[in-house]
Amino acid sequence: MHELPITQNIIKIASKHCEDNNGKRVVKVNLVIGDYSGYVGESVQMYFDIISEGTLCEGAICDITHVEPKLRCNKCGQLFKKQLLTFDCPYCDGQGEPTEIGKEFFIDTIEIE
Amino acid sequence: MHDIRRIDVQEGILDANDHIAEHVNEHMTDHGVLVVNEMGAPGVGKTTTLKNIIKHMTVKPYVVEGDIESDIDTVDLQNLGVTAYQINTYGACHLDAPMIEHATHHLAFDEPGIMFIENIGNLVCPAEFTIGEHVLMLISTVTEGSDKPYKYPLAFEKADVIILNKVDLMPYLDFDEEFYMKGLRALNKDAPVFKVSGKTGEGFAEVAAWLEAKAANLEVKEHHHHDHDHHHHHHHE
Repeated sequence: MHELPITQNIIKIASKHCEDNNGKRVVKVNLVIGDYSGYVGESVQMYFDIISEGTLCEGAICDITHVEPKLRCNKCGQLFKKQLLTFDCPYCDGQGEPTEIGKEFFIDTIEIE
Repeated sequence: MHDIRRIDVQEGILDANDHIAEHVNEHMTDHGVLVVNEMGAPGVGKTTTLKNIIKHMTVKPYVVEGDIESDIDTVDLQNLGVTAYQINTYGACHLDAPMIEHATHHLAFDEPGIMFIENIGNLVCPAEFTIGEHVLMLISTVTEGSDKPYKYPLAFEKADVIILNKVDLMPYLDFDEEFYMKGLRALNKDAPVFKVSGKTGEGFAEVAAWLEAKAANLEVKEHHHHDHDHHHHHHHE
């Protein structure tokens, strides 16, 4: 839903790091985005292309590494993917608890020239 | 040919927002004001809940109303004598920390109390943006159905207190309270759940008392920053 302001942030951060490293332009932005972030990956490039015009990020490619959310069982400790309408552990009779896996939302690296 | 260099960034996309949120939180703590971020889907009774809580409060209430457009709720609260400030987002799906920082400059915090921020009606986006709150208060209803913790896990996981509204309608619905609580507790062990009814007024005195106890022991909220380490494929220089 909020791809526009988020994409503006991405361009701001990438441009700053490009400048700090005396780069002429950003070629690629490597993002790590957990699926819990609500950020629709498919729309990123479209927004990015429009907003980056005239910035150091113009023409850059956004590469997104998606991270699937995982729960951790409170009994056996295994990590697993939540099934529809249940938090039950698929390996034992325990319950899944939330973890930080799937909430990632950061710029990992940028490629500059 | 230009050489392409890879630069390690490791910077959270929302770091700037979170930083301002921390600043707001510290600022309001200094004023002795507890900040409550109220979130919930459209129509769950967010404004009604605020009015009912305020009725039972002994400390001063402050309200920031987030709305896509219109100031109906704010005027309503001001008519009740509540200090209220309106933010219109004109389409944005959530409030962010810079909007709240701006709003705090328009309110005179002349005495300690509780500031309620009514977020935009949405169960997804507001859960991702901290706005300087001490307490994230989630409004949920029996009319939405008992599967909501399973469908919107982030909102239930992050909440510090959960209100279950419209319980007077329970006899007319197939709300499965056991299923609802099972999902809720898998995500969130600590948050108290208060059953209330905006129609009859039941349950709000308990909510007000819980919030006032929090306000009486006010401390800066500790933010746990996301750990990026488990995706660290390369080493820092």
